[in-house]
Amino acid sequence: MTEDTKFHHGDATDAAPIVEMKNIEKHFGNIIALAGVSFDVKPGECHCLLGDNGAGKSTFIKTMSGVHKPTKGEIYFEGKPLHFDTPRDAMEAGIATVFQDLAMIPLMSVTRNFFMGREPTKGKGLLKRFDVEQANEVCMEEMRKMGINLRGPDQAVGTLSGGERQTVAIARAVYFGAKILILDEPTSALGVRQTSNVLATIDRVRSQGVGVVFISHNVRHALAVGDRFTVLNRGKTLGTAKRGDITPEELQDLMAGGQEMAELEGSLGGTV
Amino acid sequence: MSQSAPVAADERVKSEPFLTKLMKRPELGAMAGVVLVFIFFAITADSSMFTLAGVMNFMTPAAQLGILAIGAALLMIGGEFDLSIGSMVAFSGLFFGVCVVTWQLPLIAAIPMTFVFAAMVGAINGNIVIRSGLPSFIVTLAFLFILRGLSLVGLKMATGGSTQLRGVRDATENDWLAPFFSGEAFGSLFAWLAEKGVIDTFKSGAPKVPGIPVEILWFIVMALAATYVLLRTPAGNWIFASGGDKTAASNSGVPVNRVKVSLFMLTACCAALVAIITVMDAGSTDARRGFQKEFEAIIAAVIGGCLLTGGYGSAIGAFFGSIIFGMVVIGLTYTDFDQDWFQVFLGAMLLIAVLFNNAIRKRVTGER
Repeated sequence: MTEDTKFHHGDATDAAPIVEMKNIEKHFGNIIALAGVSFDVKPGECHCLLGDNGAGKSTFIKTMSGVHKPTKGEIYFEGKPLHFDTPRDAMEAGIATVFQDLAMIPLMSVTRNFFMGREPTKGKGLLKRFDVEQANEVCMEEMRKMGINLRGPDQAVGTLSGGERQTVAIARAVYFGAKILILDEPTSALGVRQTSNVLATIDRVRSQGVGVVFISHNVRHALAVGDRFTVLNRGKTLGTAKRGDITPEELQDLMAGGQEMAELEGSLGGTV
Repeated sequence: MSQSAPVAADERVKSEPFLTKLMKRPELGAMAGVVLVFIFFAITADSSMFTLAGVMNFMTPAAQLGILAIGAALLMIGGEFDLSIGSMVAFSGLFFGVCVVTWQLPLIAAIPMTFVFAAMVGAINGNIVIRSGLPSFIVTLAFLFILRGLSLVGLKMATGGSTQLRGVRDATENDWLAPFFSGEAFGSLFAWLAEKGVIDTFKSGAPKVPGIPVEILWFIVMALAATYVLLRTPAGNWIFASGGDKTAASNSGVPVNRVKVSLFMLTACCAALVAIITVMDAGSTDARRGFQKEFEAIIAAVIGGCLLTGGYGSAIGAFFGSIIFGMVVIGLTYTDFDQDWFQVFLGAMLLIAVLFNNAIRKRVTGER
């Protein structure tokens, strides 16, 4: 490593993985999208999944979150073999995915978004109602923990920045008991400052014992928070490296598949 | 590391003045509209418009429209339209008429049957929209004609060739349920107030206003109930979410399809309620009942702050939107203006409301 970051990084090497995926293969007709990928996530770590476009990152996380069923391979959840039939199953087991489109509604308030589909209620029978006071309180508190100071719980999500929305989505997943948080390119559309906010959020979540899967094609963002790094290329794992065992240049090379990148880099003067 | 140290307030977020906060309420436009229309008629109309009798006079059509508009508003917030509600009034009026006149059923049977019937038609509407994925605008436009046509054909079949079914009053007059759906409520209270000289009386001593027309009470109760559901129940959150972004909502576990079909059923039931009240009031039903009410209801909902794109709006707004409507329709008769200005006025109100709502939406979402 060339530089260290402000994050303390998880030290979860001994802990048993929450999810372990072994030799996962996924075929779509005659196209082999995944050809034997092994990956595991431990509590309190941030495991980065890196790969260029088309490497199979999306297929892999969709397999992990129950959208796709693997053609071959085993999935263990907390040590037991497990099959997810629907995304709902995965969600209930504690695997939450924050997709790029975020599942947020701009016109609705932060609180209403935060509890969408899972509103706290009070009262019984006909008097059963949305406990707005409690919802507002919880929402403000969770946002404060994530470092976002809302103007009020009724502030519309549409007025938040991209990074803040990302943080709301992450906070929501964690609040509702996620053990594994899959973040699909959370920083790809963000500016510098917003990116560092999201990375700080990942760090906070990790310190609560949640296992984070951080998908990215940006080596710098991955190195800033990652504990372990797995590179996917053409549907295969090119190995998992621990933080400190690998340099940014090596990661970059692995992602691009080596040769061409070296040539390109030469012509661009090492700016990529 | 579960620190929750207070985060410094962002210096770029200006604190909001009270007026801006108020501007963000969806019903503000309609409330401002009520005030403006009131001022307009206070100046131009005969002073009798704002006596108790005058108020009841314009509140009655406002209430009949408002019951529809509240249903339409909830459906619009849920992201769909129903252009068939006007025809639905005629169609469920026909069904109700047949129940009480042809089949001689008591109201305790006829009224629930009418609601169930309307809800079924609403469910058909909703299911076609959900399953086909077509815009509800087109599907319900088809039902606008289908239901209007069925009402005509059905009336002719029920009466042997006439487009009016008479005899509802005779059939329902002595039913114990009738006072809940027709006539005026609180008659004795008004008689007592007249006796004490609090309200105006005729020379005979009878009060000029015999009571509050029941539709006004239904209108108020429904506005309160709809507001409560929207703002204080999980179902309300689901309605906003379904209309705001149905993919995001269903990804978060909101039963979007169920919400939308229920809203179509509710809207149809609102039409059935208006049908029952107006048919009992008139003593007969005909094929033109509810003509063009779908547009008026949607206009009232839009004046009340509902966005055409869904996900935003309020029931209280639709309440005030309907009152504006009633005041204008009836109010013009108290002035020297030609009554046909009404349509011009209505169109202008709609245009202003849409422009206003658009600006509000941009403010709320922080769009630039």
